[in-house]
Amino acid sequence: MITTKDVEHIGWLARLKMEEEQLEGYTDQLNSVLDYFGQLDEVDTKEVEPTYHVLEMNNVFRDDEVTDCLSQDEAIGNAPKTQDGYFKAPRII
Amino acid sequence: MITISEILEEISNSSAEEVVSSCLERIGPNNFNTFITIAKESALKTARENEGHTGPLAGVPIAIKDNISTKGIQTTCASRILGGYIPPYDAHVIERLKEAGAVIVGKVNMDEFAMGTSTETSHYGPTLNPWNTKTVPGGSSGGSAATVAAGEVPLALGSDTGGSVRCPASFCGVVGLKPTYGVISRYGLISYANSLEQIGPIASNVADMTLLFNVIAGHDPRDSTSVPGEKEYTKALVDDVKGLTIGVPKEYFGEGIDQAVEKSVWDGVHRLEDLGASWQEVEMPHTKYALAAYYVIAMSEASSNLARFDGMRYGLRLEKDHDWHTTYSAIRAQGFGEEVKRRILLGTYALSAGYMDKYYLKALKVRTLIKQDFERALKSTDVLIAPTMPTPAFKLGEKISDPLTLYMADVNTVPVNLSGVPSVSLPCGFSNGLPIGLQIMGKHFDEETIIRTAYTFEQNTDFHTKAPEVA
Repeated sequence: MITTKDVEHIGWLARLKMEEEQLEGYTDQLNSVLDYFGQLDEVDTKEVEPTYHVLEMNNVFRDDEVTDCLSQDEAIGNAPKTQDGYFKAPRII
Repeated sequence: MITISEILEEISNSSAEEVVSSCLERIGPNNFNTFITIAKESALKTARENEGHTGPLAGVPIAIKDNISTKGIQTTCASRILGGYIPPYDAHVIERLKEAGAVIVGKVNMDEFAMGTSTETSHYGPTLNPWNTKTVPGGSSGGSAATVAAGEVPLALGSDTGGSVRCPASFCGVVGLKPTYGVISRYGLISYANSLEQIGPIASNVADMTLLFNVIAGHDPRDSTSVPGEKEYTKALVDDVKGLTIGVPKEYFGEGIDQAVEKSVWDGVHRLEDLGASWQEVEMPHTKYALAAYYVIAMSEASSNLARFDGMRYGLRLEKDHDWHTTYSAIRAQGFGEEVKRRILLGTYALSAGYMDKYYLKALKVRTLIKQDFERALKSTDVLIAPTMPTPAFKLGEKISDPLTLYMADVNTVPVNLSGVPSVSLPCGFSNGLPIGLQIMGKHFDEETIIRTAYTFEQNTDFHTKAPEVA
């Protein structure tokens, strides 16, 4: 069982501000889904390898060639805040 | 509903511009809330420019799910967080459509970030099912299936992560394909769960669906999971199933299945038997664990894929900045809807220290067992047939308040995404005026056999000739 405190912490990890009044509802819903996920414990997977990818592809290479890419104006065209042709982010430090 | 050949005939009698113009008139009132954005000006311009185009879809109007990037046309994923976002580039499938002469008339509604089974989680309100506007169109590509069913457009693109093309195709009585993972490039598809999803074609009949599939399938070096090679899928449109062996997995007719659905699907199997196929029951014992494994994997991937939405490069940004954590957390809390947040939270938890082995790694191991179920079942058979959905369309509002109940509706569609095999849904009956979908699943990269089976079924039944009465 996870608690409202856990949900608040998960919200912090996921960069989702949790409102105090939502915490209980989320906690109940998350617990009922996690409880359902618990049925996976019934399956014996001791000898089973995980499937990360359904097709057995690996090491997909391409030639190292210069191709067209977005211009700086196109790249920042959707940014809500920009300065001198750059994305403008909040203060980090 | 409208077919490609009807559109092409209209174009030869008038012009692509007139045909697109009348299509835009049909879409205009948005009676079923199928469209988020109607691209009127660019559609008419393309139609004028495409006069005399010789591509297979020259002048044919098409609707695009709003999670597929379209250069110059707003692409929102039906989310507030991407409101006003105008992609600076086209998805690979859009480039292909343009080369084929197709005309994009707009972007259609969906569950927010494709997370849902009913198109009720859209920031732009639910899409209505044209067969009965009190019911859902299915999801998450609800707008794509409903606009085809309503006869607004002949073709649409959806995306299928856990059934999101096949479910709405089933609920709306149209044809939808989830191709083998890797057959269609995901370049420009806004990711939800990247190891599971494929873009898929939707049309009113198997031949049109296949023609659209043929246009959009093919290798693209910009998607590293895209497989090399080109095929001519329209060659599979053959009315013949003699010698075909059908597997019927009994686990897909489990608890909660509607009796009319069960009967229609079995009638379908027997119809194909009359036409020269044989069938046998097959066992797929891990099917009951597919839902839990699917949701663990999908939510985990979602929590990672959706980390990019922070309001810096595109989308919602709040007026005032604080420290970076507070700023991002506030933007994301306001920009995402409830279901999206729920899945990000669950995915973050499933990947967090101490729980990763219990949930994520365990689900990936169960995924292996489900994939092996398919390999075993398809060893002695050519295709598998089952209901797409356990019930016909449910009522708007009926399941949305309880997430787990809604997740359960995906029981027959998610195993296909976990194993990566192709699957098509097509109409096979009706219950109280609502369509029922038959699901035909095949071997990896054997779209041809499921298309041939679907085409033969369609040629020898009349379900695809039925259409909802729309004003």
